[in-house]
Amino acid sequence: MSTASWAVGRHGRSSQGPREAATWDRRQIIATELRAIRGRSYPRIAGMFREPSWIFFEILLPFLTTSAFVFVYRALQAPPQYVGFVVLGGVMIAFWLNVVWLMAGQLYWEKDQGNLELYFAAPMDMMSVLFGMAFGGLIMSSTRAAVVLVVASVLYGVVFSVQQWLLLVAVFLLTLFALYGLGMVLASLFLLWGREVWHLNQLLQEPVYFVSGVNFPVNRLGLLGALAVATLPLAVGLDAMRQLAFAGPAAATAFLPPEGEAALLVVMMVVFLFLARTMLRLMERLARREGRLTVRGR
Amino acid sequence: MKLPEGAAPGARDAANPPVVAIETSALRRVYSAKPRAIVALDGIDLVVQPGELFGLLGPNGAGKTTLIKILTTLLLPTSGSARVFGFDVVDETKQIRRIMNMVAGGEQSGYGLLKVREQLWMFSQFYGLTAAEGWRKVDQLVEAVGFGEQAEQKVSTLSTGERQKMNLARGFLNDPWVLFLDEPTLGLDVGAARTVRTLIREWQAAVPGRTILLTTHYMAEADQLCERVAIVDRGRILAIGTPAELKRRVQKESIFRLELENFAAGPRALADLPGVLTAVAASAADTSSGDGSGRDVVGIKLVLAEDAVLSGVVQAVTSMGAQITALQKSEPSLEDVFVELVGQGFAEVESGEGQS
Repeated sequence: MSTASWAVGRHGRSSQGPREAATWDRRQIIATELRAIRGRSYPRIAGMFREPSWIFFEILLPFLTTSAFVFVYRALQAPPQYVGFVVLGGVMIAFWLNVVWLMAGQLYWEKDQGNLELYFAAPMDMMSVLFGMAFGGLIMSSTRAAVVLVVASVLYGVVFSVQQWLLLVAVFLLTLFALYGLGMVLASLFLLWGREVWHLNQLLQEPVYFVSGVNFPVNRLGLLGALAVATLPLAVGLDAMRQLAFAGPAAATAFLPPEGEAALLVVMMVVFLFLARTMLRLMERLARREGRLTVRGR
Repeated sequence: MKLPEGAAPGARDAANPPVVAIETSALRRVYSAKPRAIVALDGIDLVVQPGELFGLLGPNGAGKTTLIKILTTLLLPTSGSARVFGFDVVDETKQIRRIMNMVAGGEQSGYGLLKVREQLWMFSQFYGLTAAEGWRKVDQLVEAVGFGEQAEQKVSTLSTGERQKMNLARGFLNDPWVLFLDEPTLGLDVGAARTVRTLIREWQAAVPGRTILLTTHYMAEADQLCERVAIVDRGRILAIGTPAELKRRVQKESIFRLELENFAAGPRALADLPGVLTAVAASAADTSSGDGSGRDVVGIKLVLAEDAVLSGVVQAVTSMGAQITALQKSEPSLEDVFVELVGQGFAEVESGEGQS
């Protein structure tokens, strides 16, 4: 513990007083938000391979469910694209699980750990924390999803038939953005009302898999499927991606053409981001006014 | 320049007054609760000058944490005002957040799977340091707080004391102009608490002009660390001053403990001296006669009307052929001050109702 080690860095601003140090220009503000996103995504990216249990929980278990449906479709001699539908559904489950457990429930865990207070007390916007969580989660889940896609496709001999690569990539990205946008909204909602976040997360798994048609074409659900497509990015994204990845046969089981579903995803993304921002503001206001949410142990 | 006791360091130059670091006026915070609302802060008026290490001392439920939460912009006051370096805690939160940091005792912040360096770097990003600046600052702090190889250890493997050192380092990351420390040694063993206190002092000495507001319910901590202390209870400030000044409030007399060699006359011989109120034999535990040296040493506790009486006592002892081997002035503790102000000790107050 030497005095020399405490040398003040740029933030010491020995020539600046506290009032000058507190006045940031636009460039400083934007740079801080971007760095905060990088900072918050770091634990997810750095920790990606530090807990090998994810191979079991996030790849093997979902893979078993996917395999069960593959065998059922084969036994029923369903059209071959159904196997591809299930594999694609299995891939998207990796993202949905990440959204549910590491986005929707995250602020709740952060509050329990005492991180939330520190985030609020730091000079960055809380949206940057959510963006960082989403970006890190996206990178993290992409590795898992890629493993499921490659292994399942090879194992079950899935033949893709893509005619609009650009649109497929765009729809995939839009689906992810909308999914994580929804996750950002849920994060605040869960914190506000989610006393039992474990149960809420469970609720968001099987029912969502079902109404989103993770293992079958969603139009088989009729009105319920249409509702899901209109509200859940997982449902509409999957429907669009199936049409684009299995051009021709999948069109017969689709709700809307992929271009229309892509537009729907854009709308969802914008709405979710707006809602997430609004919810965060509401949450912070409530926390400051009532002394709840950010007060540990309360 | 020696400051008068109780004067804040910022009061050094009256012609060029510095900006006040922390200022609250009639600050009040009421929590809605059933069956009745809880008044956590009830009209707090406080001025902390830049560069000051100011302590809030009070039992659990006194309102210390509530005050810190308001000053760190996490909580709104119900009424009154609070400013940090002139910035209002209600409307100018961003400005305050850019120049302050906070560390709480027993804090479990961060992510267990990260290494200590990584965790600190992550937090540096929230304060806008560039990636390289962040790593540089982290390495500096890791060295300063005495992390060796532990810097590459996962956070989840740290002991409570090590974790609090890391939390402190996190608090220093942005070289804050105001550092809020909420019970920073809570739950630490004696050694770890001493390390934390040393780090706080070192940082303040090395980075001049920084203000620290520390809450504690450990008397010795407030006494050792703080330049000025506010004693709080039930949302009110009962007294403010330097520890010595506060203690003098409850001690009108001067109390000394003497150790004398070859003193055959006994304490009664001193009790009759002018200005000596009482002179009694000190307990065996308070004297060093049991050191095995074979010397005939007696301990005497003297209560004098004022300090000046001591010189007469020394002369008398010398004339009686005794030698003074030790002389110590006994001070009342801050708890004595609290008892004097509140009428009961911390433990009794904490056993009643309260809200922190």
